Amino acid sequence: MAASRDDAFVSFEHVQKSYDGETLVVKDLNLQLAKGEFLTMLGPSGSGKTTCLMMLAGFETATHGEIRLDGKPINQVPPHKRGIGMVFQNYALFPHMTVGENLSFPLEVRGMGKSEREAKIKRALDMVQMGAFANRRPAQMSGGQQQRIALARALVFDPKLVLMDEPLGALDKQLREHMQFEIKHLHESLGITVVYVTHDQGEALTMSDRVAVFNDGRIQQLAPPAELYERPDNSFVAGFIGENNKLPGVVEELNGERAVVRLENGELIDATAVNVKAKGEKTLVSIRPERVEFKPELIPEGAHTIDAEVLEVIYMGDILRTRMRVAGHDEFVVKCRNTIDQMPLTPGQRIRIGWNPLDARALDMI
Amino acid sequence: MSDVASQLTTADGRPLKAALASAQARAKRRAFFLVLPLLLFILISFAVPIGQMLQRSVYNDQFSKSVPALTEWFAENPKGTAPDEAAFAALASDLVLMKETRAAGDAGTRINYVVSGTRSMFTKAARGADKLEPPYMAAMLELDEDWDDPLVWNAMRSAASPWTFDFYTIAFDLERDADGKLTKVDENQRIYFRLFIKTFLIAGVITAICLVLAFPIAHLLATLPMAKANLLMILVLLPFWTSLLVRTTSWIVLLQGQGVINDIFVALGILGDDGRLQMIYNQTGTIIAMVHILLPFMVLPLYSVMRVIPVSYTRAARSLGATSWTTFRRIYLPQTIPGIGAGVLLVFILAVGYYITPALVGGADGQLFSNMVQFHMTKANWSMAAALATMLLVGVLVLYWLYDRLIGIDKLKLG
Repeated sequence: MAASRDDAFVSFEHVQKSYDGETLVVKDLNLQLAKGEFLTMLGPSGSGKTTCLMMLAGFETATHGEIRLDGKPINQVPPHKRGIGMVFQNYALFPHMTVGENLSFPLEVRGMGKSEREAKIKRALDMVQMGAFANRRPAQMSGGQQQRIALARALVFDPKLVLMDEPLGALDKQLREHMQFEIKHLHESLGITVVYVTHDQGEALTMSDRVAVFNDGRIQQLAPPAELYERPDNSFVAGFIGENNKLPGVVEELNGERAVVRLENGELIDATAVNVKAKGEKTLVSIRPERVEFKPELIPEGAHTIDAEVLEVIYMGDILRTRMRVAGHDEFVVKCRNTIDQMPLTPGQRIRIGWNPLDARALDMI
Repeated sequence: MSDVASQLTTADGRPLKAALASAQARAKRRAFFLVLPLLLFILISFAVPIGQMLQRSVYNDQFSKSVPALTEWFAENPKGTAPDEAAFAALASDLVLMKETRAAGDAGTRINYVVSGTRSMFTKAARGADKLEPPYMAAMLELDEDWDDPLVWNAMRSAASPWTFDFYTIAFDLERDADGKLTKVDENQRIYFRLFIKTFLIAGVITAICLVLAFPIAHLLATLPMAKANLLMILVLLPFWTSLLVRTTSWIVLLQGQGVINDIFVALGILGDDGRLQMIYNQTGTIIAMVHILLPFMVLPLYSVMRVIPVSYTRAARSLGATSWTTFRRIYLPQTIPGIGAGVLLVFILAVGYYITPALVGGADGQLFSNMVQFHMTKANWSMAAALATMLLVGVLVLYWLYDRLIGIDKLKLG
C-alpha cells in the first residue's frame, strides 16, 4: 500500500511545525499516502498527530515543508477550498440546525440545487442508517447517532479525502467497536482515502491499512498493524502498542540478526537484534506476553531458558494472565490460553521460561 | 400512566404522592426559610416602592381632600352641567376651608397641572375667602374672570376624586377640551411623549453602537489564550471600577469645544479653529458617554456565550466548504444569539432608564426621559413623576415581552 513519492495522493515533505518559535511540535515529517488508503496516526497526547491532521485540513500552517494533495501543494490553499471531509471528536454538528440542514450545508455552499441536495442527503443518511432522523436536532440524539450524522456530513459532498480526529473518543466501548467496524466498512465500499487520528492502539490496529506511530513530533514507525505489533522498530513502539515485557541487559554475542543478551542477574537470553549495533551495547529486550513459553516441548531447541517465579495468576476468562518475577523484575507477564490441557500454575511455583529468538527483539534503551 | 401513578401506595398503604410530599416537606421548609430574608428584602425595597409608585401615578388627593362641598356638588350634578350659584357657593366654602388649613397652594397646584396659570387663582381667592359675600358667582368672577372657564371646572371635577388619569393624559401630550374630549396639545408643548419616543430611539442607537463595538472585542477575548484574555478583560472592566463621575468628567475634558479631541483636529488641520465640533452638552455627548459606560454590559454576555462555542464548529464549517464570511453568518452568528439578546436587552433597558450621564453631559437636547422624571420629583409633583416612570416601566416590559416572543427568554445568557 505504501506509495512512492510521485504518485502519492497525500504527501508531507519535511514538514515542521512550531507554535512558539522555540520548540518544534512536528519535527521533519515525511509521509506518503496512496489513494484509497486508511492511515491512522497513533500516539500519546502531545505527540504531534493532531497538529499534522490540522495542517492537512488547513487549520494550522506548516512552519516549514510542503504538504501536497493529489500532486498539488496545498500550503496556501484555505481550508474551504481543499475539499476535505472532516469528522471531529465532539462531532461539531451545528446545534441550531436540524440533521438535514447540517447535511445540506456543505451542498448549499457549493451552490447545489434543491433536488440534487435532497438526493445526496438521503443517500448519505441511508449510508449510516439514519434515514429517519433528518428532522431531528443534534441535541435530541445520542452520542452514537450524532457520530453517524457527523460521518454522513463529512461524506455527503463526496470528498476524496476524509480526516477523522478521534471520532470515537466519546463513545462507550461497545458502541466504539461497532462504529470502528462501520467506518472501516464505509471506507472499503466508498473507496475514499482516510486519515484517522487516535490514541487508542486497539482502534488503530483494527481499522488501518497502515499505522503511523507518533511520539515527540516524529513518526516512530510507519507500518501495517501486524508488522507494528510483531516487529516494533524501537522501544517506544514496542511499549506503546500492546502489552510488552521489557528486560534490560547487555549484548553478549552478536551474530547477524541473532543476539545473545546478558541480563542484569547474569542469565543469558536469545533475541533478534533490531537496533543494536555492537557487542557490549546496552539494550532493552522486548517480548510479547503471549509469546513466552514455559512448557519444555514448546521452547525451541537450543534456546536459552531462564528462571521464573510465579507471583500471581489472574483468571480473565479467555486467558490466564500470570505475573512472574524474572531476572529481578516483578512485572513480567505471561499470557496463556485457557484450554482444557493447560498446565496449571500456582503462586510460588518456580519454572523455566523461554521463547523463539524471533519473538524477542533487542531494542534501544529508552 | 397518571392513573396508575395516583394509585401507587407505599408499603404500609399510604398514597405515594402524599408520602413523597411529607418526605420532602422538611427540606422544602428549610429551603424556604433560607430565602426568606431575601424575599422580605425584595418585598420591602422593591415590590412595595414600585406598587407605591404605580399607585401615585393614578392617585392624588392634593385637591380632593380640601373640597368636600364641591365634591358633593359634582356628585349631584352630572358632567357637562354649567357651574351655577350653588357650585360657586360650594367653591367659596371650600376656599374658606383651604384658607384655614393653608391648603390653597396645594390644591391650586393640582389644578395647575391640568390647566396652567390657575394656581394663583386659588391662592388669591383663598386669601379673601372669608370676605366673600353671596352671590358667590359674581363675587368670584370679580376676583378672576377665568373662574367660569369650563376647562377649570372640568379639571376641578376630575381632581375632586383622588383617583385620576390626568397625569397619564399629560404624559401622552394630551389634554381635555371644554367638552371633555381628548385632543393633542399644541405642537410646541408636546414634550413628554416625544421625549419618550426619542429616549427609546437614543437607547436603540446606543445599543446598536455597543453591539458593533463589543462583538469583535468579545470574540477576541474568547479566542485569545487565557492569560492575555484576562488582561484584556481587566481593560474592559476598567470603566466598571472607575467612578461614574470621574469617567463623565474625563469625557467632558476630551470632548468639549476647547477639549483634547477638538485641539487635535485643529492642530492636524482637519478643522478650522472656528469650526470646532460640539461633542458634549448635546445628544452626541450623551451617546458617546453612555456607550462607554454601557459597553461592558454588552461585552460580558457576548464573551460568556462565545467562550463556550467550540472552535470545531467554525472549523467544521470551513472544512465543509464555507468561506469565512458564510461560516460567520450561518454558523457562528446564530450561536451567539443568546449573548446578543442578553447584551442588547441589558444595555437597552439600562440606557432607557439612564439618568446621571445625560444630566451631566446631555445639555439641552441630550436629556432623556429619566431626567424628566427627576425634574418632576424636584418639583414635588410625585404623581407626574410616577406616571412618567410607569410609562418607562411599561415600555421596557413591552420590549421584554417582544423579546420573549421573538427570541425566547429562556435563550438569554447573562454570563
